[in-house]
Amino acid sequence: MLERLMALCALPGVSGWEGPVRAYLKRELSPLGLELFTDPLGNLYAHRPGKGPRIMVAAHMDEVGMVVSGIREDGTLFYRAAGLDSRVLPGKRVRIGPKGIPGVIGSKAIHLQKKEEFERAYSHEELYVDIGAKDKESAQEAVGIGDPIAFDSEPQRMGELLCAKALDDRVGCAILSSILAEGYECDLWGVFTVQEEVGTRGAMAAAARVAPELALVLEGTTANDMPGLRPDEMVTQVGQGAAITLMDGRTMAPPRLYQALFQTAAAHGIPCQPRRGARGGTDAGAIHQALGGCPAGGISVPCRYIHSPNSLCSIKDVEAAYSLVWHFLKDAMWKEVIPHAGN
Amino acid sequence: MLETNLKLLTAAYGPSGREERVRTMLTRLAEPLCKELRTDALGNLIAFRPGSSGKKLMLCAHMDQIGLMVTDIDEKGFLRVARVGGVNPVLAIARRVAFANGLLGTVYFDARKKKPGEAQVEDLFIDIGAQGREEAAAQVSIGDVAVFYSPLTLQGSRATGGALDNRVGCAVALSALTLPCPHDLYVVFSAQEEVGTRGAGPAAYGIGPDLAIALDVTPTGDCPKAPRSVIALGKGPALKLLDGSVVVSAPVRRRMEEAAAAAGIPYQREVLTAGGTDTGVISRTGGGIPAGCISIPCRYIHSPVETCDLKDAEGAVKWLGAILEEEL
Repeated sequence: MLERLMALCALPGVSGWEGPVRAYLKRELSPLGLELFTDPLGNLYAHRPGKGPRIMVAAHMDEVGMVVSGIREDGTLFYRAAGLDSRVLPGKRVRIGPKGIPGVIGSKAIHLQKKEEFERAYSHEELYVDIGAKDKESAQEAVGIGDPIAFDSEPQRMGELLCAKALDDRVGCAILSSILAEGYECDLWGVFTVQEEVGTRGAMAAAARVAPELALVLEGTTANDMPGLRPDEMVTQVGQGAAITLMDGRTMAPPRLYQALFQTAAAHGIPCQPRRGARGGTDAGAIHQALGGCPAGGISVPCRYIHSPNSLCSIKDVEAAYSLVWHFLKDAMWKEVIPHAGN
Repeated sequence: MLETNLKLLTAAYGPSGREERVRTMLTRLAEPLCKELRTDALGNLIAFRPGSSGKKLMLCAHMDQIGLMVTDIDEKGFLRVARVGGVNPVLAIARRVAFANGLLGTVYFDARKKKPGEAQVEDLFIDIGAQGREEAAAQVSIGDVAVFYSPLTLQGSRATGGALDNRVGCAVALSALTLPCPHDLYVVFSAQEEVGTRGAGPAAYGIGPDLAIALDVTPTGDCPKAPRSVIALGKGPALKLLDGSVVVSAPVRRRMEEAAAAAGIPYQREVLTAGGTDTGVISRTGGGIPAGCISIPCRYIHSPVETCDLKDAEGAVKWLGAILEEEL
């Protein structure tokens, strides 16, 4: 699973340009004998037919990134970003478009900054991407307006932690791929969704197609575990186990569902923690409201420096999250939820 | 009926996503008035009464209320919280709150760091009188939700208390179940409205009505120095023209105006520029559903002292009487 996670993190997959991630997952999953198909939005479905309730397990393929929005006379590029803090960008390497043209996010060097500039963070409008082009024309030969810009960051082990871009949500993709390797007493629909980071758009369509009776969403989530903060301000803590969602900005996890997940973890000695934050949203927000609605919950891997080129997660937390989902399905814990859905 | 039901309903616990107790109360009250009651996957309670016209009419009143979710229990036994719906931290300070199991607590804040008016939800905590984490954890769990503890009081026709948003709408909907209607009547007591109108869409999807009327409260502009709004308590229920979630379509608006005239009730016209109601999500369900909303004027919304005039609620029931009888 770790090897696959590192391979997944190395691939570019900005929202709307998930192709490389989808192709990799298709290759990895094709020996498993699953029903594999893609829908018009680009969601990848891996269906393992079975007797029992229709259960959807979702992970999103896309990562935060930028898009080329203009090319200046000097050959540098304007960009538009979504879900990115401009403070993490200057000096970072990126890859642009289908050809993976290398670039660097440029800003004025410290020597040239006025005092006022030095004391504040640059905004996206003041930053640009430098691909080494000598002028507009040569830049145009390499890249086009609308090309995606992804971070260029090789995954790296750091003891028990993994440092990589796009852990949100390649951790979910890696866990889901492993879950799909086995059968369970349910009709299992693995869905690798698109465009989560720009508003859970793929999941909306996928949930209407699958019409699940229960959904689990696998995510990389915020870990704010810095000194001096209270546990509730940290949201989650790296190394403390799989994070189970109580509530976020888009979903109230049904108490029966999150309690069944805590019970599963307790029964098998799997480290876990509540996700204490109330903000943010995941595909669960779209899925639980699709059609006539269904219970949906989240299992996440805590990630520090999420939405940056170098986020950190614990390999043990990834294993714990996998183990939690596997036992939940093997033990048919959905029986604690589905017959009582809504209560 | 309205007054008795309102007392029972405002006393029932039911924050968003934790509606089981208020749903149980509604089930008890609706059971004698309908043919069938069911709860769907998101916890919406749907009361059904068959008609003969072959058309479906849906009424929708959300049953959930705002609250505070426990996110941590500290070593001294104080509870840290996150908001469930639009709780104003400033208005929550020095209020009493209740949990599902009846446990009471007091909301306060770190008074050394900030003035009450500057408090954010991160600064709030609940004191349940526990001495230490262990004693607190024996009584509450992370994920439990507290609601304002504020029993309903009546003075003249004015009702004051917590959860009038939207138990007054629920009470009106219950009364509507006693009215004659030639159509299949579905009364939805929806879940999770306060966190983003999440329940009503899936409920409407399952029903597929020919017309839907939501019942909810609306803020008034009749207090000293209130923001400019023409809505006042006691001047009748309001015809929603628009809010942050919907522009009510002209045919629905006309139908409701004609019904109000037929019922001979005074009504007000509501233009709410912020906030949303179940009306919006219902109207966008499936291939689109004609949806309108009757609003009950309410002062001090999302506080423990929400205040309504029962005459407005009675007017809403009469109005619904005329809407229910019309052809679809």
